[in-house]
Amino acid sequence: MLSLKERQELLQRFHPDYREGGRREIRVGVNRGERVPNELADLFEGISLVRPGEIDLDHVRQEVDVLVIGGGGGGAAAALFAAESGAKTLVTTKLRFGDSNTIMAEGGIQAAVGKFDSPALHYLDTLGGGGFQNLPHLVHALVSDAPVILDWLVRLGVMFDRKENGDLLASFAGGQCRRRVHSAADYTGMEIMRVLRDEVYGQGIEVLEFSPAVDLVLDEKRRCAGAVFVDLDTGERFVIRAKTVILATGGIGRLHIQGFPTTNHYGATADGLVIANRAGARMIFMDSIQFHPTGTAYPEQLMGLLVSEAFRGWSAQLVNGEGERFIHELETRDITSSATIREVVDRKKGVITPTGMHGVWLDTPLVEIKKGKGTIHRIFPHLFHRFHTYGIDITKEPVLVYPTQHYQNGGLLIDASGETTVQNLFAAGEVSGGVHGRNRLGGNSLLDIFVFGRRAGMEAASRAKEIVIGKLSLDHVIEYEEELERLGVLKREIKAPLLLPDYRYEKALGRVHQ
Amino acid sequence: MGDQGRRFFSIYIFGKKYQVPEGLTIQKAMEFAGYQFIRSCGCRGGICGACFTEYRTPGSYQLKGALACQALAEPEMRITQSPFVPMHRADYHLEALRAQPGILGKIYPEIYRCLQCNTCTRICPMEIDVMDYIAHAIRGDIEKVAHLSFQCILCGACAARCPAEISQPYVALLARRIYGRHILSLPAGLEQRISDIKSGRYHRVLERLTQLQIEELMRVYIQREQEPQEADRWVPKNPNFPEDLF
Repeated sequence: MLSLKERQELLQRFHPDYREGGRREIRVGVNRGERVPNELADLFEGISLVRPGEIDLDHVRQEVDVLVIGGGGGGAAAALFAAESGAKTLVTTKLRFGDSNTIMAEGGIQAAVGKFDSPALHYLDTLGGGGFQNLPHLVHALVSDAPVILDWLVRLGVMFDRKENGDLLASFAGGQCRRRVHSAADYTGMEIMRVLRDEVYGQGIEVLEFSPAVDLVLDEKRRCAGAVFVDLDTGERFVIRAKTVILATGGIGRLHIQGFPTTNHYGATADGLVIANRAGARMIFMDSIQFHPTGTAYPEQLMGLLVSEAFRGWSAQLVNGEGERFIHELETRDITSSATIREVVDRKKGVITPTGMHGVWLDTPLVEIKKGKGTIHRIFPHLFHRFHTYGIDITKEPVLVYPTQHYQNGGLLIDASGETTVQNLFAAGEVSGGVHGRNRLGGNSLLDIFVFGRRAGMEAASRAKEIVIGKLSLDHVIEYEEELERLGVLKREIKAPLLLPDYRYEKALGRVHQ
Repeated sequence: MGDQGRRFFSIYIFGKKYQVPEGLTIQKAMEFAGYQFIRSCGCRGGICGACFTEYRTPGSYQLKGALACQALAEPEMRITQSPFVPMHRADYHLEALRAQPGILGKIYPEIYRCLQCNTCTRICPMEIDVMDYIAHAIRGDIEKVAHLSFQCILCGACAARCPAEISQPYVALLARRIYGRHILSLPAGLEQRISDIKSGRYHRVLERLTQLQIEELMRVYIQREQEPQEADRWVPKNPNFPEDLF
C-alpha cells in the first residue's frame, strides 16, 4: 500500500478535486470566500422559488415540534428518535418516502464490534481516510455510537449477513485495518430503508411526500422556525411552522460536477445546501467531492451504476488494459480513483469501451476463484441481476469501471448533537460535513446518517420543549438576493433549489445522465 | 452511442406517439420525448421500485412489466406507468410478535385467499417467485419467505394485479423483519461492546486521539496492523494498539 507521501502526490496530480477551474468562491452570505464546485456556486447565485409578498407567513398549514426535511435514512432515523422522545414529528420529502441515496448504498455499514477491532481503530481509519482533516469530536461521536446503531437496526429486524454460527459477517472497505463493514448482501441500504420506512409507518409518524422545502423560515431572532414548501403535484406553496428543523436532504450528485456521471439518486440536487446557505448556515469542505472508483463504464445503460466496493473487499482486483494490477484493493476511494485516472489518462493503459468511453477492468470472477463458487450470487445478487439483464455474467467476465461522482464529503457544519450554525436548525447525513474530512470511507455514510440522525432527532425533540417561536420571516432570502444583485451576480434564469434534474430531449442522449 | 446514424422508431407513451432513438431505456426514451419526471423515477439503478412500467408490444396479447430505468424501449411499444400502488399494511408491534408458524396468516389472513394463478410471479420485475413465497407464508415458513422475497423493491406490481387482493410486499416485509428480529440470534459480542463503550473503556484513548496534532496522528496511524484479506483466523501482534500508546 502507498505511503502517506505517495498518497498526497497521487491526489494532487490526478484527483478531480485538485483540477483547476472546477470551483469558485461564494461571493455572498455567511459562506463568502468558501470555494465550492461551479455547479453549486451557480445555484447559490440563483433566485428563490418564493417571491416576496407571494406567501403569507401568518397563514400556517401545520405546526409541529420537529420538522424533518428529507425522507432517506437520516430523516427516518431522526423522525423515529424525535417521536420516541415525545415530539410531534412530521417528515417531508421531495419524492417518495425512502427515495434517497440510502437505498442505493450497497456495501454496508461500519461498526467496530470484532474481537480485535475497537472504536479507536475505527477512529484512526476514518481520520486517515479523510486526510486527517475530519472534525475530531464528530468522529468521536461516529465511532462511539456505531455499535449502538448496529444493535438498533438488528432489533428493528434488518437482515444483516451472518456467518454460519450466527455471528455478524464483516468485510473490508478501502482504508480499513479491520473487517468492519456489515452488509445485507448488496442491498444493505435498501434493506435498512424499507425496514425504517415500515417502522415510521408503524409508529404513526406523519409523512408528507412530493413536497420539497424551497426555503427555510426564520424568526426575528434568526432561529430556524419552519419552512416553505411546494406541492409538486398541485404547485401550491405552503408554510409549516416548527420549533426545530432537521435537514436530511442528502447530496449533490445530480448536479454532475465537472461533467461526471453519478451513482446518486435522481433527487440528489443539493436542495438542502441551497436553502440552508440562504438561511445563514456555515459549510465546511464543500470543495471536496468523492469519486467512487468503480462506477460502471459499460454497458451504456448502466453508466455510473455503483459497483460495490465490497467486490474489492471480497478479493476482486482492479487491472488495466494489459491485465496488470495497478493499485492495492484496500486503498481509500480518493486514492483508488486517482490511480485509475492516472492509469487511463497518464499511462494510457485504460480500455476503450465499445461505446467509446474509458475504463479499467474490475476482475469480478476472481471473487468466485478466491472465495468460492456461488459467492457472487450470495453477496452480490443485485449487481449480478443488473449486469445479467445486459448479457454480462459477472461470475465469468470482468466489468469495465471508471470513477463516478458518488458523495459530497463536506456540507453544513454541525456540532456533535447535529446542530448547524443556525440555531434550532439541525442537519444529518450527506447534507452535513466535517465528519468525513476530505474523503469518506466506505461504510461510514450509512453509519453517519443514523448516528447523526439519532442525535439530531433526540436533541431537536428535547429542545422543542423549551421553544416559543417568534414571528416568522423570509427577510434572509430577500437580503441574500439583494446582496447578489448589488454585486451583479444574481442569476435570474436559475431557480434555486433545483428540485429536479433536467434530462429532457437531447440531454437524454448524454452519456452521464443514467 | 454516436449520435450520427441513430435509428429512430415510434413508441406510445400513455397512448401518444413519439419518435425516439434506439438504444435508450424506457426512462430515457420518455425523457427524450420531453418528460421531466416527478413520479415514476427514482434511483435510476433498478433498486427503488419507482418506475414500474407496463407495456404491450405488437403482435402479442401479453401485458408485460419492467422497470423503466432498466428495460430498453422497443419499436411500437405501448407503455403506461404505475408510480403508486395503494397497498395494505397491517398494524403490528414487531417487538411483541413471536416467530410462530401462523403469525403471517394471523396478521395478513388474506394470504389464504391466494388462487395460485401465478400472476404475481409473472409480473415481478425482479424475477422473484412471489407466488412461491406466498405459499411458504401460508405454510408458516417465515425464514423461506424472508429469503425468497429478499430482492423485493416494493414496487407493488404484484399487489396491483393480485385477484386475491394480497399486498405481497408487506407480507414479505413482515416476514423479513420477524426473521431478522426473532429468528436470527442477537449477535454475540455486540452487547458487550456497547456496554464497554458505555462504561467508558474507550473514552480515554478516544479523548487522547482527538487531541493529537496531525503529525502525531499520522505517526499513530501508520502503526496500525493490517488484517489480511485472505486469512480467516488472524491475531494481531499487538491487540492493545492504540490504547497502549496512551
